Amino acid sequence: MPEFVMPDLAPVMPEIVMTILALVTLIADIIFKRKETLAILSIASVVLVFFVLFGTPFKTTFNGMFIADGYSLFFKLIFLLNVVLTVLISMRYLVIERVNFGEYYSLILFATLGMMLMASAGDLIVLYLGLELMALSTYILAGFITYDMKSNEAAMKYFLLGAFASAFLLYGISMIYGLTGTTDLNAISEYIILNGLTANPVVMLSMILFAVAFSFKIAAVPFHMWAPDAYEGAPTSVTAFMSVGPKAAGFAVLGRVFLIAFGSVRMDWSAVLIPIAILTMGVGNIVALSQTNIKRMLAYSSIAHAGYALLGIIAGTGEGLASVMNYLLIYAFMNIGAFAVIIMLRTEGFKGDTITDYEGLAKSHPLAAALMLVFMFSLTGIPPTAGFMGKLYIFMSAVYAGYTWLVVVAVIFSAISAYFYLRIVMYMYMREPKESVSLAATPALGIALAITAAAVIIIGVLPSAVVSFARAAVAGF
Amino acid sequence: MLPKLFFGYYAVVIIVLSLLVVTRKNPVHSVMWMLLLFFHIAGLYLFLNAEFIAAIQIIVYAGAILVLFLFVVLLLNLREELLIERFIGTWPTALVISVSLLILVIRAIQDMALAPPGNHSVDAIQAETHTVALGKILYTDYLFPFEIASVVLLIAIIGALVLAKRKMRSPQ
Amino acid sequence: MVPLNWYLMLSTVVFMIGVFGFLTRKNIIIMFISVELMLNAVNISLVSFSHFLQDLRGHILVFFIITVAAAEAAIGLALIIALFRNKTTAHVDEMTEMKG
Repeated sequence: MPEFVMPDLAPVMPEIVMTILALVTLIADIIFKRKETLAILSIASVVLVFFVLFGTPFKTTFNGMFIADGYSLFFKLIFLLNVVLTVLISMRYLVIERVNFGEYYSLILFATLGMMLMASAGDLIVLYLGLELMALSTYILAGFITYDMKSNEAAMKYFLLGAFASAFLLYGISMIYGLTGTTDLNAISEYIILNGLTANPVVMLSMILFAVAFSFKIAAVPFHMWAPDAYEGAPTSVTAFMSVGPKAAGFAVLGRVFLIAFGSVRMDWSAVLIPIAILTMGVGNIVALSQTNIKRMLAYSSIAHAGYALLGIIAGTGEGLASVMNYLLIYAFMNIGAFAVIIMLRTEGFKGDTITDYEGLAKSHPLAAALMLVFMFSLTGIPPTAGFMGKLYIFMSAVYAGYTWLVVVAVIFSAISAYFYLRIVMYMYMREPKESVSLAATPALGIALAITAAAVIIIGVLPSAVVSFARAAVAGF
Repeated sequence: MLPKLFFGYYAVVIIVLSLLVVTRKNPVHSVMWMLLLFFHIAGLYLFLNAEFIAAIQIIVYAGAILVLFLFVVLLLNLREELLIERFIGTWPTALVISVSLLILVIRAIQDMALAPPGNHSVDAIQAETHTVALGKILYTDYLFPFEIASVVLLIAIIGALVLAKRKMRSPQ
Repeated sequence: MVPLNWYLMLSTVVFMIGVFGFLTRKNIIIMFISVELMLNAVNISLVSFSHFLQDLRGHILVFFIITVAAAEAAIGLALIIALFRNKTTAHVDEMTEMKG
């Protein structure tokens, strides 16, 4: 009988601390009557995990099932940032929606734990369990307003299609397991190369199944059907959370599985991903043009942004991967910033989620309008905002990898997107206000807006720090 | 010959039951066929020397999950359910998609080349029983996923409470 | 000895029946049952791979899939109950609160 040797726990420390703190938050719900305490507790937890994360050695543990490296570190920073910003914009919003329950905060922490495990997964079993942990928590969060029909529907659709996608993922895992006899990503890659299986139809089948499953997770066309409904119906703070976190986690596993396990069949998977990327950019941007609900419009925008980010994966180089990571970080700031403004418009008895609600906002609330302007410029990709820099690096990496025509397509769609982003700016600045819109501004929301707006402008002007950090993170990949 | 006959019986019954599950109008019937299906799949697992998996297939799938399904199905208005069309309008398209996927996948798996065998041969598993063999590696090599699974189950408890409890609005 | 291929074909057929059910049925509960069917198809292929590879990893994965399926069922059915409270429908084509 093999003796059990305790694995090295140091690389898993951030996850262990995260689990403990999520459980503490869950229990604290019983003790504290004021749920704001839980929000502060969860932010404090994330800050603690942040410090633990930087003290974590870059090592592999649990027989290669868990990989702590620069790549996972960068993604974990995006996830932690996502939690901080989401919690800040949620505090007042939950009271307005009358769902101020403590489980919300622990579910956010558990979902983030799942994402962290996905980013570090070195084995398909851990990847699957991390993905399910994230997905199950997010389904609950999407249906958190249980008395609201829209929220129920959003969660139901998200759940059904998420479970459907998981089945495809598992089928892909089962095929690659049968072929290679292992579920370890590095071992799969070695086995495929050593045995010359790069042209084997089973490898192709498994790769396609993975591409389908991950496309569902990052909401890429034609597997995006759930996204508009789920984003529109879910509580706005949860929409902000799930348009950044699960998407980034999806890209983290997409990068690791495709560049490591399927690294030897890069030409084949880029042939699968290129049409997906073009369709994603096309459908996302074109359908967004006709939207009247701003959450739905941002859902299509989020689909389109997944398409841009896919270009970096298709490039298949370290530089491409670094630009994707950089882009996802920037996207976290600008998207949550935009959602923070939307949440600010939501007051008792006023939804504030149709585009016409923004008419004349510049006259009644110039600061809110100015912030929205910054985020819309950034989402369009207009310099000197961060969105421009993010796109620039992705497009450059794709050009260097020889996909100039693809970048031309992306730039065209990007130009189309200017129409619907700038329409909101036009409504805010050129129209007269119809009715007086009051804002539900709170200090927490103010902090979130300050962080996001500052980051969007600072990264836009001085992108080199973030970019070199992303490059360094990919170096050990 | 006998194993092939055995397999043939299971395969035919499993396919027929699967078809019944997805085509019955009455959801209660679907769930009942599903129950029978799960018992047959468990039989197939026994046939593949996976006793423990067969046992949890019955205990968890048939015993817990299906009962949960049945419980929820009974909330439905069955009378109304029996009157409406069961399929969406574009079902022929979906049929074409599924059949062509089926053909493609079956073509692909003809090239399945198995990896070299590991050290858990049928005899080795039988010597120490399947549950012991599985337990040994589950609590050593796969300790990490096992711990994650515990968190997944916790989420299920929280989720069921959050979504299905009566108190729906928090005070303002 | 039954060849591996037979098991794989059985698994594929069941998986595609699940896909068909998911894509065509109106009733949410049956759609969800179709997903369970797909998971069972995957389990069949994993258990047979494990048997032929003489490796227990497939069984471990099946063990986890069943665990997650149980968790998924609990959450999915809780969502359906939440949906029933507001509107007594279990049909996807009647879920039309959002359009566009």
